Amino acid sequence: MQISFTLNGRPTTVDVEPATLVAELLREQLHLTGTHIGCDTSQCGACIVHLDGLPVKSCTLLAPALDGATLLTIEGLQGAPGSNQMHPMQEAFREHHGLQCGFCTPGMLMTAVALAAEKPDLTEADVRHGLEGNICRCTGYQNIVVSVLAGAAAMNAAKGE
Amino acid sequence: MRPFAYHQPHQIPDAAKLLTSIEDSKLVAGGMTLIPTLKQRLANPPALVDLSKLGNLKGIADDGVTVTIGAMTPHAVVAASKLVQQKIPGLAALASMIGDPAVRSRGTIGGSVANNDPAADYPAGVLGLGATIVTTTREIAADKFFLGLFETALEPGEIITAIRFPVPLKAGYAKFKAPASRYALVGVFVAKFADGVRVAVTGAGPGVFRVPQMEAALSGNFDPSAIAAIKIDTDGLTSDIHAEADYRAHLVTVMAKRAVDAALN
Repeated sequence: MQISFTLNGRPTTVDVEPATLVAELLREQLHLTGTHIGCDTSQCGACIVHLDGLPVKSCTLLAPALDGATLLTIEGLQGAPGSNQMHPMQEAFREHHGLQCGFCTPGMLMTAVALAAEKPDLTEADVRHGLEGNICRCTGYQNIVVSVLAGAAAMNAAKGE
Repeated sequence: MRPFAYHQPHQIPDAAKLLTSIEDSKLVAGGMTLIPTLKQRLANPPALVDLSKLGNLKGIADDGVTVTIGAMTPHAVVAASKLVQQKIPGLAALASMIGDPAVRSRGTIGGSVANNDPAADYPAGVLGLGATIVTTTREIAADKFFLGLFETALEPGEIITAIRFPVPLKAGYAKFKAPASRYALVGVFVAKFADGVRVAVTGAGPGVFRVPQMEAALSGNFDPSAIAAIKIDTDGLTSDIHAEADYRAHLVTVMAKRAVDAALN
């Protein structure tokens, strides 16, 4: 079947089998490999993307659900449009060493950006609750939580400018 | 996944017709249970009937004495709803504890209730509040809806359109979750109405169930201390890799006390 959607700001039309997962479509057909498949059982969150602004697990999403929707992947995350800069959340992860091997990072970032956008005055407890669906096997989460709080503060500051 | 045909009807009668005319076809709402099931090839339906294009199945309304939630309303929307937070805060809290944020973006109340997973959260809220399940053909009381392991009173071709909750005086939910899946190892929903208290338990057995002993005790005194000494019979409770039946029985009392505490605060 043919589906049309907006992918990272660009109109996109693809032919897919209905039994295609969005994670597979992104990685294998569209060659956007920043979205990772970790557990493939909707536990780990490495595959999280934004569907119409909301975080969703692309390993547990059928491609037909994209028709008419807006999809943002890690490749579409950026600073001010056209600036060629990283998103404030990405900057915060770099600054605060919010990753080691980096495998979970795309999903962490997508969850973190959605979390910060939904609730401007995030607390540490909010962040820990919000990251429940993202598993990191390296860091013990401490620096990830610090990064998300810093990134959220930076997002708020950028919004106020 | 094995291949399947994909239908996206725009009218409810068309969805019902597809469901009955294509043998073994399945409805898909948020897909949070169905898609993993398809991936594991535990189900191999020839066709999926997607409910997302149907009108009027999303949204939350109240008429003063009841709150009605459309079947396709995602958990995140229920959790964040000012209306639900104000009228039935225990239900908003329950929705905020389901899975994780990404699961709450997609998973729907109708899907959860129709699936009737023995460890799902919503069945406890629906039974605990004595809600009414509204379908394409009739209205079903929660007490007659949940029939056991993944089994409900839904007939072939019958589709849930909304769940209608009576507004309680107080209600609360507490769960001890399995850390990996975040499903309820045991979850207890308590609701206090003018004519008594209802207590519903999920996760502990093959399906959600009420605890009359606790309901009687709490109807007399709506306080955690009223049920502290009540022990649940382990007969019929689940024993598995996560917990033995006697541990689950113990957790029912602990979670029930916490749910009453949550309802009071």
